[in-house]
Amino acid sequence: MTPRALPGWADLALLPALNLLLALGLSALVVLAAGESPAAAMHALAIGSFGSWDSVGYTLFYATDMAFAGLAVAIAFKCGLFNIGVEGQAAIGGLGLALVMLGLDAALPASVVVILAILAGALAGAAYGAIPGWLQARRGSHVVITTIMFNFIAASLLVYLLVNVLIEPGHMAPETRRFATGLPALSAFGFPGRSPVNLALPLVLLAAFAVWVLVWRTPWGYGLRVVGANPDAAGYAGIDQGRRIIVAMAISGALAAGIAVNELLGAQNKLILNFTGGAGFTGIAVALMGRNHPLGVLLAALLFGALAQGGAELAFEMPDLPRETVLVVQGLVILFTGALGGLLKTPLARLLARER
Amino acid sequence: MEAALDLIVPMLSAMLRVATPLILAALAGLFAERSGVVDVGLEGKMLFAAFAAAATASVTGDVWLGLGAAILASSALALLHGFACITLRGSQVVSGMAINVLAAGLSATLALAWFRQGGQTPALPSSARFGALPLPGAEWIAEIPVLGRLLVGVLGGHAFPVYLALALVPVAAFVLWRTRFGLRLRACGENPAAVDAAGVSVARLRYAGVLIAGVLCGIAGATISTAQGAHFATDMTAGRGFIALAALILANWKPWPVLWTCLAFGLLDAVAIRLQGVPMPMLGVPFPVQAVQALPYVLTVILLAGFVGRAVAPRAAGQPYIKER
Amino acid sequence: MTEAPPAIECRGITKRFGHVLANDAVDLVVRRGSIHGVIGENGAGKSTLMAVLHGFYPADSGEILVDGRPVAIRDSADAARHGIEMVHQHFMLVEPFRVLDNVMLGAEGGALLKRGEADARRALQRLAADYGLAVDPDAVVADLPVGARQRVEILKALYRGAEVLILDEPTGVLTPQEADDLFRVLRALRDEGKAVLLITHKLREVMAVTDRVSVMRGGRMVAHRDTASTSAGELGELMIGRRPAAAVRGAPAAPGPAMLAVEGLSVRDGAGIARVHGVSFTLHAGEILGIAGVAGNGQTELMEALAGMRAAESGTIRLRGDAVRGADAAAMRRLGVAHVPEDRLRHGLVAEFEARESAILGYHDDPAWRRILGLFSGRAVEAHAAGLMQRQDVRPALPRLRSSLFSGGNQQKLILAREMDRTPDVLLVGQPTRGVDIGGIEAIHARLRGWRQAGKAVLMVSVELDEILALSDRILVMFDGRIVGELPGGAADERRLGLLMAGAAA
Repeated sequence: MTPRALPGWADLALLPALNLLLALGLSALVVLAAGESPAAAMHALAIGSFGSWDSVGYTLFYATDMAFAGLAVAIAFKCGLFNIGVEGQAAIGGLGLALVMLGLDAALPASVVVILAILAGALAGAAYGAIPGWLQARRGSHVVITTIMFNFIAASLLVYLLVNVLIEPGHMAPETRRFATGLPALSAFGFPGRSPVNLALPLVLLAAFAVWVLVWRTPWGYGLRVVGANPDAAGYAGIDQGRRIIVAMAISGALAAGIAVNELLGAQNKLILNFTGGAGFTGIAVALMGRNHPLGVLLAALLFGALAQGGAELAFEMPDLPRETVLVVQGLVILFTGALGGLLKTPLARLLARER
Repeated sequence: MEAALDLIVPMLSAMLRVATPLILAALAGLFAERSGVVDVGLEGKMLFAAFAAAATASVTGDVWLGLGAAILASSALALLHGFACITLRGSQVVSGMAINVLAAGLSATLALAWFRQGGQTPALPSSARFGALPLPGAEWIAEIPVLGRLLVGVLGGHAFPVYLALALVPVAAFVLWRTRFGLRLRACGENPAAVDAAGVSVARLRYAGVLIAGVLCGIAGATISTAQGAHFATDMTAGRGFIALAALILANWKPWPVLWTCLAFGLLDAVAIRLQGVPMPMLGVPFPVQAVQALPYVLTVILLAGFVGRAVAPRAAGQPYIKER
Repeated sequence: MTEAPPAIECRGITKRFGHVLANDAVDLVVRRGSIHGVIGENGAGKSTLMAVLHGFYPADSGEILVDGRPVAIRDSADAARHGIEMVHQHFMLVEPFRVLDNVMLGAEGGALLKRGEADARRALQRLAADYGLAVDPDAVVADLPVGARQRVEILKALYRGAEVLILDEPTGVLTPQEADDLFRVLRALRDEGKAVLLITHKLREVMAVTDRVSVMRGGRMVAHRDTASTSAGELGELMIGRRPAAAVRGAPAAPGPAMLAVEGLSVRDGAGIARVHGVSFTLHAGEILGIAGVAGNGQTELMEALAGMRAAESGTIRLRGDAVRGADAAAMRRLGVAHVPEDRLRHGLVAEFEARESAILGYHDDPAWRRILGLFSGRAVEAHAAGLMQRQDVRPALPRLRSSLFSGGNQQKLILAREMDRTPDVLLVGQPTRGVDIGGIEAIHARLRGWRQAGKAVLMVSVELDEILALSDRILVMFDGRIVGELPGGAADERRLGLLMAGAAA
């Protein structure tokens, strides 16, 4: 049976919304099984994420992480690649960023060193993403497996460095000393409430715009999309597949480093372990829900940022539910949008066709 | 000699213990991927199974019921994966990742909600865990000089899952290479069109492969929480599902190499723990435990890059099978 | 003397796909102990008939009788039960397995393989002795040459008790030596009382090995002959039939300077099999050069090499006298070579892109739709697509409609429009009217003639002989990867054309 095409609006807006509803519905069942009220949980989630300026700030802060991760995964998907390595790329990006800060934050004025650190982080993340890209393009190694492995390698490297080399002398915790400066919080510009949301937020909005321009408005981006949508047509059109793959993975890694910028320069002001907090994997859900388009990614990032912040509040309000409860929603969203996509698409298409 | 044995025996014994869940999970991945369904969800299935085992054993006091629950839990997730990949022909990698995330959420939520112990299940009394099984004839084997102590010390006193895992390796090899089912299963992973042309159902065989993976991951999970450990704790699988995946790839999707690779990883782990904090000779820098921990992943990447040897995955793994009709 | 009922008899088999009548009341009688050839051009209906026979899909109407008894064949299991097995063009083998494993797959004879293996080994030995099908049962299929792999396919069919063996274009991938070995096996099968159905377009094979031959044309069965009492010439004529007089084509413009010169070109396909062997020809401005031939004789690989999609193994391609280096589709476009691909959905369009984006495929670097900083101007891209659609009558003229939602004919028109828009000097066209309705065919043919009048050099590959005859100024015939003949267009000797296409020396 030939797949019936969904009208554009249904494909971009209705289907993700339905997937989300289904995911929330099933999560409600889990909450019931856990002995709590789904309504109360939803309420706690909503209040926790948007109930006060503090909450909104935190939601936006987490959403910034998710947006960087989502953009990273999305641009790789546009080239036909599944980049699971955002966690590792962000970690290495953080390493690059921290090294610049630790080395130069005393010698250079604040704005200069911060910009250099961001660039260093992006470069480091890009390099760490380009390697699996190169392995796929030139050696045929499946990017899914290599990026999974690279995540663990990056984690091990970071642990080793933080415990043995970069650790602040005399301290126990595996972290570096505080940076002399960082990205100012948005509250310094009049954003109400107290939260770590910082200049990384406008940065990610800029990044989203840049990704849109690059992928949809340049010939290079056109070639990228052809490689992802139809590699045979890329050969016909004379588009170099290998190079697109490597560069796409590099850009993906650079975007992943944005998580480090947000967390380390904007909030922690030092390098710590596990600063990504699983954002790399949430990024997969964000990209899938946002249909790999920057605007969709931003909206989905907001949703998952709200889930993250709301989830933390939920765990606080309802001590019988951990913050990991939102992972159930996340997992179901990935499942429905990514793998069980066929489940809703066909009946929906049939329904819409009949109504025409 | 005695001093050497004092060092070697506990390490080799630890090697077997650590390797057991890896062997089981890698064999799980073997059956799934040999049938043509990529399974990156080994971690999630193990985690959910670990929770189910510890929870059930805690409530019923029976470790065997815990094992049963673990198998059921893992198989449920496996069937979900199968449904998404085989019937709906969705992306196999995405489905696997979704299961990992889902399992993490489910296990943490239910653990906290049902047991109210900060995400853990209650500590299990030894009656609700897998006990140490003595090697039959241990007394007179131990009489043999050197070898006796080695055998008894390394092979004796392990929990049931350890011996089960070791026994399952030749069983897996036999099933895959000496039975009709195994032949057809492996064919599904290489050229499902040939299987279809022979009038055999590809979908049914792939479901079987995925379900076997579910069962084996279930046993692996139960091992972690009720044999190696005495409770379930959030994220207790700690990446073992991915090490098992690495082992599977390094073993080129064959059962006996899976055993050797998993044992090697187990040994690496045992050695690393021993050497932690010990300064490296001539360098003075503390021993990089993390380098040893990262070794399985580095080796896998090197193999995948084709620099040393070649990893040849089942050809049809990762592609949904669509009948040309 | 009572004659045994025929192994297979088809009565009035009819099969329709949409508005295409693939099989129109086809009759066929295949006797036991015979090799029966079924010949015809592309689209004659041979493959459809065989698909019906071995259960791939059911006929719309008609009867099939096996050994004189009417049977129902709904799927390949039914066909197998009646002893009908097919050896496909694309082998269904598991490459990492041994020959023995492949033969046993699906017919293992028990849950444990041990006993089945012993039985299979004995059976293979017997089959090797009876039919000369010698293959090492323990050899791994991946290590076997193509001819040996085909033998494994035949063994599989015989192991399952085939009484009727259907072979679909079996020699397409074989060397001449391997083809002769195959014929020896087929004769052995015939002598043992099996019925062999040989589907082919190659007259040499038909004359060499068949006992009877049936000719299909346009979905109908047009003739049955005893091979001994016919000739390649008669068969070639029956295959092609009488063509209606070619439409008036306008005065052929005097061909201009040589634009594309090919010398000794040899090309291997993606699997490493040599498909083009030392092809040479010259294409001039202001002419349509038609390459005729049955599909699968190297035309695809030749086009790919000329378009820069595939590197040639040896030989030279000269564009306006300068040699072209390596495979670079983008460079070929820049040098003024446009390409309308054979497989439009696979190469020519991106199905999920909107039409306006497919309309710049291959030309996305062109400055015509780029503005500040080299960024695309959405308006310019859309206006370009709208212009193309209007000028070339693509319907519906909606640049934002998804490429996959256009009909085949309109997709083709869009691609043609795109390729000609940049005013190339050379146009490579593969199967210009595949899947296009009658009205669309006329429009496309008119365009191709128009470009010739405008002085372009057009190289057209087509399996539709009508098209070749209607448009070409010169005709080259390709068979087995070689140019086997050149004829002038217009007054082409159809008999000679048919013989050349079927590989019989004219």
